[in-house]
Amino acid sequence: MNRLTTLFKNKTNDLLNVYFTAGYPQLDSTETIIRSLAEAGADLIEVGVPYSDPMADGETIQNSSMQALKNGMTLDTLFGQLRSARIYTEVPLVLMGYFNQVMQYGPDRFCKAAHEAGVDGLILPDLPVYEYEQEFKAIAEKYDLQVTFLITPQTSDERIQKIGALSTGFIYVVSSSSITGKSGDITDEQKAYFARIAELDLPQPRLIGFGISDAKSFRTACGYANGAIIGSAFIRALAGKDDVSGATSAFVQSVLTPEA
Amino acid sequence: MTKFINTQIDERGYYGRFGGAYIPEMLHPNVEELRTKYISMTADPEFKKEFDALLKDYVGRPSPLYFAKRMSEHYGTNIYLKREDLNHTGAHKINNTIGQILVAQRLGKKRIIAETGAGQHGVATATVCALVGLKCIVYMGEVDIARQAPNVARMRMLGAEVRPALSGSRTLKDATNEAIRDWINNPEDTHYIIGSVVGPHPYPDMVARFQSVISEEMKWQLQEHIGRDYPDAIVACVGGGSNAAGAFYHYLNDERVRLVAVEAAGLGVETGESAATSVLGTEGIIHGSRTLLMQTDDGQVIEPYSISAGLDYPGIGPLHAFLIDSKRAEAIAVTDEDALAAALFTARTEGIIPALETAHAFSALDQMEYGPDDVVVVCLSGRGDKDLAAFTTYLDQL
Repeated sequence: MNRLTTLFKNKTNDLLNVYFTAGYPQLDSTETIIRSLAEAGADLIEVGVPYSDPMADGETIQNSSMQALKNGMTLDTLFGQLRSARIYTEVPLVLMGYFNQVMQYGPDRFCKAAHEAGVDGLILPDLPVYEYEQEFKAIAEKYDLQVTFLITPQTSDERIQKIGALSTGFIYVVSSSSITGKSGDITDEQKAYFARIAELDLPQPRLIGFGISDAKSFRTACGYANGAIIGSAFIRALAGKDDVSGATSAFVQSVLTPEA
Repeated sequence: MTKFINTQIDERGYYGRFGGAYIPEMLHPNVEELRTKYISMTADPEFKKEFDALLKDYVGRPSPLYFAKRMSEHYGTNIYLKREDLNHTGAHKINNTIGQILVAQRLGKKRIIAETGAGQHGVATATVCALVGLKCIVYMGEVDIARQAPNVARMRMLGAEVRPALSGSRTLKDATNEAIRDWINNPEDTHYIIGSVVGPHPYPDMVARFQSVISEEMKWQLQEHIGRDYPDAIVACVGGGSNAAGAFYHYLNDERVRLVAVEAAGLGVETGESAATSVLGTEGIIHGSRTLLMQTDDGQVIEPYSISAGLDYPGIGPLHAFLIDSKRAEAIAVTDEDALAAALFTARTEGIIPALETAHAFSALDQMEYGPDDVVVVCLSGRGDKDLAAFTTYLDQL
């Protein structure tokens, strides 16, 4: 059974999804980070595939992606690293990248390689719904990869229902009108939006991401969804650290430790 | 002889297999609003009236179609120049920004963003924002800010804020990324005026329609000059490809007309320092559109190179990808050196200093063959005042 399905069956609250950019800070950090995140208590892990032009991402993820590419990261290298990491952990892994990367590798070849490397799901934010249905859905299903779509405060209820019907993975609830990497408190307006989405009774689990950076914002987000996603704040925590494993554990603990 | 090619987009914004709207959900509401409204909005008689009046009285259209006598003698054929350089702000870019500012007003937007390479689109956007009193922010690569200083000064003079793009190669591609991010962050009050026939549907089609005034005028102007409303060839430079799209538009299905798209070869197509997308590119996705794109096997976008900031772009508009792929248009690549030489030749043969971008189109004339009775139109997309620093360096080393 897909590891995401198992996870969502066993745990429905306070799911912690941590994003990191594969190949950052060092090319070979990928395995260390996945193992450390899983051991420290992340419920699922979003592996960012570094891309030269990450349209939806802010400065932090763009810079970490540039560094990862400079470090020599390629898709083949990444799939190899994921296969190695899979020896040590059964934590669900979701790849986040841009559709051009999938297109160049070849959609079937990409999904096959991802599946064989132990990947459970995909997030491709620039893959349109129609093209997904026509060209990609069958391939992803063939390799047991769950596909997650994003919704935002501007997404209409009607479109959310449509996206909900198509998503085979969790729903990625983008917390605000923003690129990744913003931090600060969650506003009342955002809470109202989270509540509106919760009332739609979507069949999939919902994880809130973008702007979730610490224990406080994680707790708040978990009050309105099944869990939350932290990305840029973790990338910042890794910057300049020699002890990647230690920095990873410390970061996850800081998020999961209840506030005093 | 006439072979029908469907050069119109389909309902999802594809020319053949090129185009579409590969955008994250954060951009969906804005792009969808444009997609559902741009046809009816621009077909509205009130819109057309306002657009036409501004093009006439503010931009100074129609732009002349000028018979370049000495240049024609040099090439042994008949060369006409479509003088977009004589438009207000000095390039074809204003045709599109006038159209889009009217769209933005009708959408109730209060804030305008744009990307710019050579700065011509930035100036044209800053100009229309000043004209209607809207706030204007222009993203420009840090490298381009340095090499197109006069246009940066013009934008500031017009009240626009010029924000440097510091990521990647710090040129047009990166300025476009930054503008897209700004739009994601400001989804309610902002309209993004894309400057070329690139980006997600409906931009390529919308921009092509606004620029199509170029070939619309060409038709009656040619009728007046030569007694027929079509030339044998149209030559235009292509970065994203908006002046070419406008110059080709009304002849797309007229196979009597050769369409020549001129790309920047930079230091040479095979040198690794080039922007000749039709040769070096493969099918992929850039800035929301499926098109030809310079990229690695792994799908990473390759940093292009050209001396011309306006052609220094790793993709081309999906219309041009389609035209080249279907062999309806032919592509010619011109190096930095040849473009500089052509700029000098044009200045000294016709008394016109063209923009570096346009100089590539002039240089392509050296690579073409003609009969003595042929009629060739070169789209003179912009004037070269902004490039005087590059021209001066070139003159000093001759």
